[in-house]
Amino acid sequence: MTEQEIFEKVKAVIADKLSVEPEKVTLEARFIEDLGADSLDTVELIMGLEDEFGLEISDEEAEKIRTVKDAVEYIKAKLSA
Amino acid sequence: MRRVVVTGLGALTPIGVGQEAFHKAQLAGKSGVRTITRFDASALPVRIAAEVDVDPEAYLDKKELKRLDRFVQYALISAHLALEDAGLKPEALDPERVGTLVGTGIGGMETWEAQSKVFLERGPNRLSPFFIPMMIANMASAHIAMRYGFMGPSTTAVTACATGSDAIGQAFRMIQWGEADVVLAGGTEAAITPMAIGAFAVMRALSTRNEAPEKASRPFTLSRDGFVMGEGAGVLVLEEYEHAKRRGARIYAEVIGFGRSADAHHITEPHPEGKGAALAMARALKDAGVAPEQVGYINAHGTSTPIGDKAEVLAIKKVFGEHAKKLMVSSTKSMIGHLLGAAGAVEAIATVQALYHGVIPPTINLEDPDPELDLDFVPEPREARVDYALSNSFAFGGHNAVLLFRRV
Repeated sequence: MTEQEIFEKVKAVIADKLSVEPEKVTLEARFIEDLGADSLDTVELIMGLEDEFGLEISDEEAEKIRTVKDAVEYIKAKLSA
Repeated sequence: MRRVVVTGLGALTPIGVGQEAFHKAQLAGKSGVRTITRFDASALPVRIAAEVDVDPEAYLDKKELKRLDRFVQYALISAHLALEDAGLKPEALDPERVGTLVGTGIGGMETWEAQSKVFLERGPNRLSPFFIPMMIANMASAHIAMRYGFMGPSTTAVTACATGSDAIGQAFRMIQWGEADVVLAGGTEAAITPMAIGAFAVMRALSTRNEAPEKASRPFTLSRDGFVMGEGAGVLVLEEYEHAKRRGARIYAEVIGFGRSADAHHITEPHPEGKGAALAMARALKDAGVAPEQVGYINAHGTSTPIGDKAEVLAIKKVFGEHAKKLMVSSTKSMIGHLLGAAGAVEAIATVQALYHGVIPPTINLEDPDPELDLDFVPEPREARVDYALSNSFAFGGHNAVLLFRRV
């Protein structure tokens, strides 16, 4: 999966879980500050990403994922590992 | 003691959305019962219910909707309708003096069922982090408070089918005792779900008149065979009298009495002689210092179950004696089914409307009156100027809650 493909999928999950317009989901966007997520939204978002990519993301790792870019890079690394 | 009046009505019912539509539908004797459309009920013994026709997206945004069980959506819509009807702009109120008390009998059943499926199929780690905050019973009051910034007392009532009346009665006390000047009070329910219908059906509590849905809720008739599940919400704006007067509010009626009791008898059956029900009615009258002979109308609990209706009639006779025959008694459930935790609230709205408009709403489907139940059940709407009216609610668990209203 290319980085672009990962980004597109991540974008769709975020748009769905956070009910935001897809165009707002830029690489730089922060979940809480820019996309209006609260602590429970971020839990649901991580679960949505786990489902989408068939991954398991530990709580420690999840805490470091704060932006769209964090998510894309994390998933890319995990998939190629 | 501070006086409490009703200044806004928010009705979300199977026969009409908004108090005006609800009022008109009652006077037309409309039934809201139909074949269930919410889910495929074809495998169930009961395939009828009284569903609400409303588009929540007209009132709430999409993101909000995803995070709210239907019972909270209904409460928010009704609160909006009530405030609008009262001509109250939330920003014009002192938010610290506005309370919220909207109860539910069951809570987020739909959410619970969906999440049970996730739990069984995918395990506990896939449960939604929103499961608990969507399901718990206090969230109707909590969300109304959050939405409008109301910081007065905020609590809930969970007394099954007496919830709505209990909530309004407790809100009445809040204002009487000076805890708040305005309270949004009532009940909400959204339990037309496969498990809830299935479960009430196995209790043999529901009517199985699947082939004639609009005839199924028939309180006080010989052929009554159980209640019909309804859904919806009722929220009333209760307001301290001087507060209402100062702003020139339309006053529908005054809340003057609240009576409660327990049957202390059985988990689901009412006391066969309506002992607890009679106590609650007598206490509501005593609370207001009103004599039984002054009451002109009772909005009955009247669920259309064989033993419930009988016990209620016995209780009314016990409290009112000879006057019971002169009273008008009608059941709103004949039209809208049984809204469980919302029933008392929607029926309080119907009672207040009867006082305000001088028209008693009918008990529909009274085609074969049970000769043992010999009160005036008002088969057609009737013009009548009534000064005092009661609204009865009796619940599983034996909770009884009765409200007494006065024409202003």
